[in-house]
Amino acid sequence: MTQGQYVAAAYGAVFVFVLVYVVIIAAKLARLQRETAELLELARSRERLDRLPHYAAPVRGSREGATGTE
Amino acid sequence: MGLALVLALIVVAEDQDQGVSQRIFYIHVPIALTAYFCFGLGAWKALLLLWHGEERYDLESYVAIHQGTIFGALTLITGSIWAKASWGHWWLWSEDQLVLFLVLFLFYCAYFMLRFSLEEGSRRARSSAVYALFGVVLIPVSFLAIRLAENLIHPTVFTREGPQMSGSMFATFCIAWAAVTLLAYVLYRVELAGKRLDADLRELREVLQ
Repeated sequence: MTQGQYVAAAYGAVFVFVLVYVVIIAAKLARLQRETAELLELARSRERLDRLPHYAAPVRGSREGATGTE
Repeated sequence: MGLALVLALIVVAEDQDQGVSQRIFYIHVPIALTAYFCFGLGAWKALLLLWHGEERYDLESYVAIHQGTIFGALTLITGSIWAKASWGHWWLWSEDQLVLFLVLFLFYCAYFMLRFSLEEGSRRARSSAVYALFGVVLIPVSFLAIRLAENLIHPTVFTREGPQMSGSMFATFCIAWAAVTLLAYVLYRVELAGKRLDADLRELREVLQ
């Protein structure tokens, strides 16, 4: 290897390390974004349930989602 | 970072002694100094954790040491390439500076083994903090080893008489150092924000479910 190739290898190694790090962080941020969206959806569905009139709210744990009017 | 790369690879004059391989200096030394700084920061945050008992310092200490390990690995890789180009060897066990840096690096690698072998909680935070504080002793030893070593194959650039290089070389080194420090700071903030967000989401999930 020539001296120039060693220099390129050293700078290239740093570049690859930083690139891999950025890709890992980006993947993690994508996962966090997905989890945030899931939790938001969960919170919204909870809110919709809370807004329903009490008699129409499904009983938790019931398979048919009993309305409470029966 | 772009400016530092242009200056280091194109603008600054070649070293008369080492030739083109000396250009590795502008990336190797700033990365090594940043690794020392990150380990020092991790130890400082660990001290704050033990002093104040605030939980946030645990995560800050962990992220700083994680950054230090990444920059430490880069120091070993770039140093090894430079050694091969200059001395004809990838590694010399007889060089105290190299061996001491490797010891420091492995010491902080073991930090992760300790941390992940314990259950999450205050015990883990305190044990990790004490370990991080022990490691800080190795930083000045490793840093000063080059000056204490008898056989000086590893070059000593910064002496009591000032930097042993031309003005343009020193300016390039300072810009490269600033760029690497900025990069480390940005990575530190991003990783810390990600970890905090992760913890908050986990807590929120527990509340909602």
